Amino acid sequence: MTRMNDERRKPDLSTLTPKAQVRDLSFFYGAKQALKSINLSVYDRKVTALIGPSGCGKSTFLRCFNRMHDLYPGNRYQGEIRLFPDDVNLLSPQVDPIEVRMRLSMVFQKPNPFPKSIFENVAYGLRIRGERSRSVLIDRVEEALKGAALWNEVKERLDDVATTLSGGQQQRLCIARALACDPELLLFDEPTSALDPIATASIEELIHELREKITILIVTHNMQQAARVSDFTAYMYLGDLVEFGWTDDVFFRPKQKQTEDYITGRFG
Amino acid sequence: MELAPSKPTSGIANVGRLSRRRSRQIRERAIELLLMSATLVAVATTLGIVFILLKESLVFFRSVSIVDFLTDTQWTPLFSDPHFGIGVLLSGTLTSSAIALALAVPLGTVLALYLSEFASARVRETAKPILELLAGIPTIVFGYFALFFVTPMLRTLIPGLPGFNLLSAGLVMGVMIVPYISSIAEDAMRAVPMSLREGAYAMGATRLQTALTVVVPAAFSGLAAAYILAISRAVGETMIVAVAAGNQPNLTFNPTEQAATITAYIVQVAKGDLPHGSVGYQTIFAAGLTLFILTFVFNLLGYWLRKRFREVY
Amino acid sequence: MAVPVDLRRVIERAKRRDVIFVVLGLAALAFALCTFVALFANMVSVGWSRLNPDFFTSFASRRAENAGILAAWVGSLSVMIVTGLVAVPLGIASGIYLEEYAPRNRMTALIEINISNLAGVPSIVYGLLALGMFVHYFQLGASVLTAGLTLALLILPVVIVATREAIRAVPGAIREAAYALGATRWQTVKDHVLQYSMPGILTGVIIGLSRAIGETAPIVTIGAVSFIAFLPPPPVSTTFPFLSFEWLWSPFTAMPIQIFGWTSRPEEAFQANASAAALVLVLMTLAMNAVAIWLRYRLRRNLNW
Repeated sequence: MTRMNDERRKPDLSTLTPKAQVRDLSFFYGAKQALKSINLSVYDRKVTALIGPSGCGKSTFLRCFNRMHDLYPGNRYQGEIRLFPDDVNLLSPQVDPIEVRMRLSMVFQKPNPFPKSIFENVAYGLRIRGERSRSVLIDRVEEALKGAALWNEVKERLDDVATTLSGGQQQRLCIARALACDPELLLFDEPTSALDPIATASIEELIHELREKITILIVTHNMQQAARVSDFTAYMYLGDLVEFGWTDDVFFRPKQKQTEDYITGRFG
Repeated sequence: MELAPSKPTSGIANVGRLSRRRSRQIRERAIELLLMSATLVAVATTLGIVFILLKESLVFFRSVSIVDFLTDTQWTPLFSDPHFGIGVLLSGTLTSSAIALALAVPLGTVLALYLSEFASARVRETAKPILELLAGIPTIVFGYFALFFVTPMLRTLIPGLPGFNLLSAGLVMGVMIVPYISSIAEDAMRAVPMSLREGAYAMGATRLQTALTVVVPAAFSGLAAAYILAISRAVGETMIVAVAAGNQPNLTFNPTEQAATITAYIVQVAKGDLPHGSVGYQTIFAAGLTLFILTFVFNLLGYWLRKRFREVY
Repeated sequence: MAVPVDLRRVIERAKRRDVIFVVLGLAALAFALCTFVALFANMVSVGWSRLNPDFFTSFASRRAENAGILAAWVGSLSVMIVTGLVAVPLGIASGIYLEEYAPRNRMTALIEINISNLAGVPSIVYGLLALGMFVHYFQLGASVLTAGLTLALLILPVVIVATREAIRAVPGAIREAAYALGATRWQTVKDHVLQYSMPGILTGVIIGLSRAIGETAPIVTIGAVSFIAFLPPPPVSTTFPFLSFEWLWSPFTAMPIQIFGWTSRPEEAFQANASAAALVLVLMTLAMNAVAIWLRYRLRRNLNW
């Protein structure tokens, strides 16, 4: 089953509001430049996919959004990522990375639930945001688990340790954990590459449901996945943004020969 | 595995090749057996320990009932009316160990957490050798330190504290054990993969929140192993208590008193004249057996826990 | 930043706790360091006056000012020689067997549990073993030989573990290259694996010996006394075969025993002696540990697979 983009209307770009705008973003691991002056708009409540061969910098680019690179020494950002509606530069040294991470959420490639109960995993984000009321936590956890299409499978065993779930369930738990915090932007870093095809399909279906309510930026090494789930696609190669546009256009009417070569599988 | 010869070789050369191969196999096998017998020395040691402790204790328990041994409230083996209540010595061991662990467990854990999750590489590089050197100081020197430095210092804080007391010995034992706990605990924490931590960081958690939410629970079996092995170490410690806690068997849990531990008793008796087969000789083996059983249980538990945390990652 | 004010306050509180913990961690480190410093300062201040050449060349005496550690350090040295000669080959051989030869079955697992348990057995239990077995059963008496054997058994687990870890660090690719050339298992171990793991093994041996030199409990239990006014007979003799083993059977004393003896004396003058001897012992131990740590640091830099 493929969700082709013909069912999505393609409004004029000027009617769309950007959720985030990347301006001249460069990134350096020490002396090595991993991202070269990227310019890109992430549109509100749309799914934007980042594709490209290994080492092209798509994960590096994603991790700039929530300042994950700050955790390791020797990294340097250049340029801006402006988040709307308040037009703040996420990369500014004046901006606290913790505050950034409280507005954006990330789901990782390998499911990484905390060694805690299912309930506590989802409640964690709320707890560190200061929520103490047990009844509020219970409601929000249920809401998040329903949003991640996991509620029915775990509602009887919320106190079980998260590691007893299957891989696909753990990843949906991580999504629920991310959703519980009401993020303004949801970042997915190759969320299905460690999962079997059935689990992958359920995650893709989830992304399809979520995009009505929340802006999603997804990195994937699987082109077909990008074609299935995204509205917009960005193709990157060796740190450069080669092409960006509506997914149909990038896949069926690519403007750059490089893009066409990658799409048609001339190299990987 | 022999390659087929391209030219027919003479039979004698073939025989030579075969016997060379056989002698090589024999030599290899002999070396393997030699190495294996070296390894069995370790097994023989354990068997030897168990054998000698049991043998001498059995003689002891022929004249003293096990019930008395475990329940008597006095330990006066060399009196004309002797009492053999191991509980007296055990109280000294337990009290001093409890004090030591009360100091070492929090200190060692905080140190390990700090070094693993917070400290920069430079701080870690300087701290770890210092801790290793601290771990290398002979326990007799710690005993000296307890008697001549810590005790006088404590006596100014606690008037009426006797020159020999369990508190001083326990505290110094604690300091001795800190590097022990911190190194095992730190290994366990550093083994936790970064991807688990990133899950917490990505939600806006601070370093401490991540450490407490992710790292500590994930490293739990390693931490437990560290604590249990520390208990074993405290229970088996001899010289610090022998020097600083005195040698008066005293059934007490009060750290401001002096008391003898199982280990200190054995040393005190062994220091003196010990005719083979005398009651004094046998008591130290009975006491030694008790000690061995205690530490054996802890060691086994600690080994199993350590193996578990290594397997998880 | 469009973050609600109370959320910002929550973040501030959490970050404050972070800072408090860092302070706590540094305090813990400072405490360990201070103890170290206090120990040294005490030993130096009390014992410094006794540290002169006479101290190293006199025997123990009833008069504190005349007492020295000659018998003690010679005894320690003699015992260490025996310990080293016994523990090193046995430990290395066991380590090689367990890493390169032993099959992964229940018996090997039992041996490993056994060794790990032995590492945790209190040193005084080794003393009891020696008392029952070596002193009485084998009739070796309270001699240098007994002490050496006992301490060798004590540090055996340390040497075995160090050997195993050093051997494990050698990558399998090296072994495969040797096997592919037709080498036997022993040839691979002897000519390749051992060479690369030697520094690591050496580190472990030094650490083991530094531990043995400071052990008091086992040798007290055997019957070493602190008041000995003679040295073991020399290992060389003027008559054929120029090598004498009499020293192995000689009664002896050792540094830790001497310290123990002096700390047990009530007279204050002996405290200075105990201090000085403790200082010497600690310096010896620290020097050995420092060499081991330096060795390990050097070898980690040189070996890059």
